[in-house]
Amino acid sequence: MSAHPTQGSPLLDIRGLTVSYPTPQGPAQVVRGVDLAVAPGERVALVGESGSGKSVTARSVLRLDPDARTGGRILLEGEDVLEMTPREVRRVRGARAGLVFQDPLASLNPVKTVGWQITQPLRIRGVGRREARRRAVDLLGRLGVADPDRRFDDHPHQFSGGMRQRVVIAIAVIAEPRLLIADEPTTALDVRVQAQVLELMEDLARERGMAVLLITHDLGIVAGFARRVAVMRHGLIVEEADVDRLYASPSHPYTRSLLDAVPRIGDAPGRRLGAPVPATTEGEAL
Amino acid sequence: MNTAGEPPILEARNLVKTFPGQAGTRAVDDVSFTVGRGEALGLVGESGSGKSTTARCVAGLVRPDSGRVLIGGQDVTRARGRALRATRRRVQMVFQDPYSSLNPRMTVAELVGEGLYVHGIEPDRARRRDRTVQILETVGLGAEHLDRYPRSFSGGQRQRIAIARALAVGPDLLICDEPVASLDVSVQAQVLDLFCDLREKLGLALLFIAHDLAVVHHLCGRVAVMNSGRVVELGGREQVYTAPEHPYTRALLDAVPVPDPAAERARAGALRPVPAHHDPEETR
Ligand SMILES: Nc1ncnc2c1ncn2[C@@H]1O[C@H](COP(=O)(O)OP(=O)(O)OP(=O)(O)O)[C@@H](O)[C@H]1O
Ligand SMILES: Nc1ncnc2c1ncn2[C@@H]1O[C@H](COP(=O)(O)OP(=O)(O)OP(=O)(O)O)[C@@H](O)[C@H]1O
Ligand SMILES: [Mg+2]
Ligand SMILES: [Mg+2]
Repeated sequence: MSAHPTQGSPLLDIRGLTVSYPTPQGPAQVVRGVDLAVAPGERVALVGESGSGKSVTARSVLRLDPDARTGGRILLEGEDVLEMTPREVRRVRGARAGLVFQDPLASLNPVKTVGWQITQPLRIRGVGRREARRRAVDLLGRLGVADPDRRFDDHPHQFSGGMRQRVVIAIAVIAEPRLLIADEPTTALDVRVQAQVLELMEDLARERGMAVLLITHDLGIVAGFARRVAVMRHGLIVEEADVDRLYASPSHPYTRSLLDAVPRIGDAPGRRLGAPVPATTEGEAL
Repeated sequence: MNTAGEPPILEARNLVKTFPGQAGTRAVDDVSFTVGRGEALGLVGESGSGKSTTARCVAGLVRPDSGRVLIGGQDVTRARGRALRATRRRVQMVFQDPYSSLNPRMTVAELVGEGLYVHGIEPDRARRRDRTVQILETVGLGAEHLDRYPRSFSGGQRQRIAIARALAVGPDLLICDEPVASLDVSVQAQVLDLFCDLREKLGLALLFIAHDLAVVHHLCGRVAVMNSGRVVELGGREQVYTAPEHPYTRALLDAVPVPDPAAERARAGALRPVPAHHDPEETR
């Protein structure tokens, strides 16, 4: 049932992915059979309601969740990540697949400098200290961090929220991975810096053929960045379409309600956005 | 919105904050504003322009180098002891980072119920639990989440826990630092509707920091725009959005992405070059 509108073999091919977590009441399945493919250089957005399983799906690709019980297949350049040894998985991270976590602060080490953390992916691949520093400073500048050379030696707590978020992005892309999974990468950025970050990701996709899976709830960003959109709900992909088609004529009622719940500057202030609140019954992926 | 004679719930006067090692650059540079009772003031601006630092000064988490913060007319930069604690309870903050602001070793029941206990609002254990469930329900969570730890929640769910925690003690002013940034639109809509309700029904005032200008437009009657540690524009919603005075405000408004693929692509070319990002801290 997975649609692959792109020709050639996908870089990332998720097939029938299931993820569950053990709970006192027995295993709770939060991803219930996801099919999703991303071709080299392709930009795909994954949207959907809170708790629908987007981040869990993203983390599964790099096997970052020790508690998770997974089923199905996650093919990265033809190899099944779910079958790899822990050592092989470690080699995938950074070079073949980079992940920008949804929680920028929690994924940074508070006692190491920002610069140390950004250069690590290069250093462990044998790049010299000075060259690594040069590339990191350059990348921070492209991400709109002012005076990157001086701020290189700061610690994370000395950075503002949006600056930390850009550090996390820099760590994910500095080793030029074949696949970038970016989980809400611009939530802490003002719209101008946001445009700059999206532009960098787009350039990397164009120039280096980096595939991007962008997880976001911002449908304005999706409209400008993605070519294809997958909509997730309750652990399943309920709709997948070309971006123009999805916005012009969403076929799933949930997608429609998502588009309706976006406040727009032209609207009357305070209008009830009135999104139907998802039922929070136990056992259901809220 | 300020009833005659009553002081505004919040008044910030000439706040200044410099961090060590930043060679004289001010993270917050002479910032003044007021928030009336039941009013929502939006605070927007460039990343690194000093919004969170301003909020932390107001919430008493950071000591300003100079300037004053008045809560309900009382100067809290000078207050101490019990008077300070009572005033502080009236002001609650939801942090920008929902992950690091929730103690990972506390359950949801403890996180949300803590303030009810600490401030002696609901000393009885069973009653406290009921009250906690009520509060959770206002943010779309429920009793079944009480005994879980933050780790097992999605990003948006954690942010809602943080909002519930702040609302629990019944504040007069809620300072929200990017409270809906990590929420998907349906939950965001729910939280925004909730904020509107709380303002109307309980007269809750908001200092609302956000990057999403459409969200600020939706919620806030007045808007302050920060750049380089300063408030460069402060005015009513209509004025700021339709006739902004400061070029930075205009640049921000022009960069708002709209949920329309064709329009976004058409604009991409015009928007793309934002070279050598103008920096807030380096201009002085
Ligand atoms: N470690 C865990 N243990 C148990 N349940 C978990 C764990 N991590 C996530 N979940 C649950 O899995 C579901 C999916 O979570 P996920 O983080 O993927 O949501 P999401 O789609 O990314 O949502 P958001 O938009 O809010 O970030 C949620 O109901 C969440 O409570
Ligand atoms: N504890 C600190 N030590 C040193 N510098 C700091 C500290 N906290 C903030 N700064 C600096 O102060 C400036 C303003 O930061 P602040 O967090 O207030 O920005 P902000 O407007 O909230 O940005 P964002 O939108 O990215 O969250 C930044 O240059 C930041 O690096
Ligand atoms: Mg998530
Ligand atoms: Mg901030």
